Amino acid sequence: MIRHVVIDRTAKTVVIICASVSFVVLGAIFFFTFREGLPGVQEIGLANFLFGTQWRPGQELFGILPMTVGSLLVTFGSMALAIPIGIACAILLAEVAPYRVTRMIRPAVEVLVGIPSVVYGLVGLLVIVPRVREIGGSGFSILAASLVLMAMVLPTVISITEDSLRAVPKGYKEAALALGSTHWQAIWKVMIPAARNGIVAAIILGMGRAVGETMAMIMVIGNSVIIPTSPLSQARTLTGNIAVEIMYAAGTHRSALFATGVVLFLIILVLNSVAVYALRKGVKTSGVS
Amino acid sequence: MDPKIQIKHLDFYYSKKLVLKNVSMHMKERQITSMIGPSGCGKSTLLRSLNRMNDIIPDVSLNGDILLDGEDINAPEVDVVELRKRVGMVFQQPNPFPKTVFENIAFGPRVLGVKDKGRLNEIVERSLRAAAIWEEVKDDLAKSGLALSGGQQQRLCIARALAIEPEVILMDEPCSALDPVSTLKIEELMVELKKNYTIVIVTHNMQQAARISDWTSFFLLGEMIEYAETSELFSRPQDKRTEDYITGRFG
Amino acid sequence: MSAKTEQRVAKVFIWGGGAITVTILIGIVLYVLIQGLPVINIEFLTTPPQGGLTGEGGISTAIVGTLYLLGITLAILVVPGIGAGIYLAEYARDNRLTRAVRYAVEVLAGVPSIVFGLFGFALFVTALHFNFSILSGALTLVCLLLPTLIRTTEESIRAVPRSYREASLAMGASKWQTIVRVVLPAALPGIMTGVILCAGRIVEETACLYVTMGGSSGMPTSLLSPGRTLSLHLYYLVSDTRAFDKAMATGAVLIVIIIIVNALTNWLSHRFVVKMRGGK
Repeated sequence: MIRHVVIDRTAKTVVIICASVSFVVLGAIFFFTFREGLPGVQEIGLANFLFGTQWRPGQELFGILPMTVGSLLVTFGSMALAIPIGIACAILLAEVAPYRVTRMIRPAVEVLVGIPSVVYGLVGLLVIVPRVREIGGSGFSILAASLVLMAMVLPTVISITEDSLRAVPKGYKEAALALGSTHWQAIWKVMIPAARNGIVAAIILGMGRAVGETMAMIMVIGNSVIIPTSPLSQARTLTGNIAVEIMYAAGTHRSALFATGVVLFLIILVLNSVAVYALRKGVKTSGVS
Repeated sequence: MDPKIQIKHLDFYYSKKLVLKNVSMHMKERQITSMIGPSGCGKSTLLRSLNRMNDIIPDVSLNGDILLDGEDINAPEVDVVELRKRVGMVFQQPNPFPKTVFENIAFGPRVLGVKDKGRLNEIVERSLRAAAIWEEVKDDLAKSGLALSGGQQQRLCIARALAIEPEVILMDEPCSALDPVSTLKIEELMVELKKNYTIVIVTHNMQQAARISDWTSFFLLGEMIEYAETSELFSRPQDKRTEDYITGRFG
Repeated sequence: MSAKTEQRVAKVFIWGGGAITVTILIGIVLYVLIQGLPVINIEFLTTPPQGGLTGEGGISTAIVGTLYLLGITLAILVVPGIGAGIYLAEYARDNRLTRAVRYAVEVLAGVPSIVFGLFGFALFVTALHFNFSILSGALTLVCLLLPTLIRTTEESIRAVPRSYREASLAMGASKWQTIVRVVLPAALPGIMTGVILCAGRIVEETACLYVTMGGSSGMPTSLLSPGRTLSLHLYYLVSDTRAFDKAMATGAVLIVIIIIVNALTNWLSHRFVVKMRGGK
């Protein structure tokens, strides 16, 4: 009965083809974004593109520095808040809270992940922007965007940090406690350092999400192409730049937007590689400080 | 008449590590042959070679011959899937599928192409009776196989293996995960089954081997030390190491 | 500061972190639901939006657009996604193909949605002349969701105990028969969880659809029609009109969908674990 041999072989081929779709897609993304983006960069000049401080399509000026700064600032702003809150919450879930509390908070974190970015943007627009306006400026600002982004990035930081803490072998904590340390000392001095790689990964993956966010940003950041000078300044992110202009761009302008996409792609690539590397290193099993 | 299974000068390697050394023995048709010896000395590996289950482990190799009815089972033209329909296996940990009792037994026949409902019902009942578990499950064949007790699950697995009507049944420490009462039931079952099937069992339990098997082989560190009719091996062991193991001086 | 005091202070911060997180969640959800739910009625759900600057009308075309997109995307996605998951879990050896697939999945998982949008815009909308359409949006989403479905499928299949495969092979079933008759049925709840997760992401996705689906508020009639999803509609309401109440209502609908999807995946995961452990 060689029929099953034929079926097995066909099945294997089909399955391999399915798997190949993944790197075909990746290759296609590379190919198309580079193909569209390269001519523009060649014409503008790489240095002018990356470091030019003026983005005025009408005058053929395509420097993305203002957007790069905008993206950087909101990323750091949101992470500055998300890291302490996220790590604290992760410690709560992994170590401190009784099971009943954990069982309520964890689904809450999961729902946060699922809320569409436009809803975050909407709430940010109606709740945060007016309040920032009371402090100064138009309300549309780096500050508002950072606060909104923090809420979006928080679940990522929490869940990965929590997983890393849970992966720390119980023996470390028990040894610390047996030596007379308090629960907090065991957490802070032993578990967190042991989970260091995972926490780094959580932060970096959070940053990746922050850099990649688009819709919520364009709703609260003001989208002005200026280099922001204060948290109350308006600004524009790299992602926002693409979204806002791609529909009507042509020629060099359009090419420059694709090139912006390539820049984003590369930033995320670097961030993700570092995060994956850190996650792979896993729990520190030697040299715990 | 040729023995059902013949093993000739078998060496077996996991990667480069030699796990079985120059094993030669045979299993007679419709008899129970048991393999005893301390843990880790290759008995299970040998058992799994008889239905080529070791094929699914990467980086294994062997020298020597294993013959079923006089034919080499490792020959390139042999279809391993067909082989396994003739040589069935029951594992140490009962492993019923997460399906109903009925579907567990019907699995083998369905794979063989049986579609007719009537025939399937017939086969299921016959197999469950042969495994001495029909009375216990006949009222609810739609129960999940995993909801049975350990001993029942193992008999279910035996029934499942019987459903494809193999010629040989391999059992890898079938009772080691079970309680004494279930063990006894399964031992009785094996003695019944040998009327129709050739049975090879690996066991840690010397008394079990002494109770039910016709032939016994003793393994130590990958080598077969001695092989004889059970009564001979246990009363008049030829090799000192066999004697030491049987009398409990080690193992 | 003594160790005990330090611990007390630390615990305040720790509980504070949890409190802030929960407050944010509840704040957002309640705010949207309280403002949005009252606006929802049958009329809202069944009339089309008027488009333009007024923001009058309902969300019927957006609902249809979302469902249409959901159906097409999942229909295209499941075969390559689940197939690749089966490959990685059952067939992959350590060779170049496997490494290429794993690398691709890892990288694709991190690419921001807007970059997928650019890709979709360049390939589907422009080069293949599908124009702004549901089809373009769906194909773009398939690319974006591949890593998610591949990963969850692989994990679910790997979670099936090896003993089931051994039992099946030992009875003379072939490898593919074992996969289809034993492994996949056992892994099914996990795989379905993955599919539902993808469905959830389709509903919430905006950026990549913004540049591939077009902004039409009309009723989509075919694969090549432009259209809106609920998320896109919310954005257009905010950017083109001042109808924040309708935006809130749309947001409320979205949040209800998310809560249902989450409950569904949690229930399915629970069933998966129970099934593996013995159906008791």
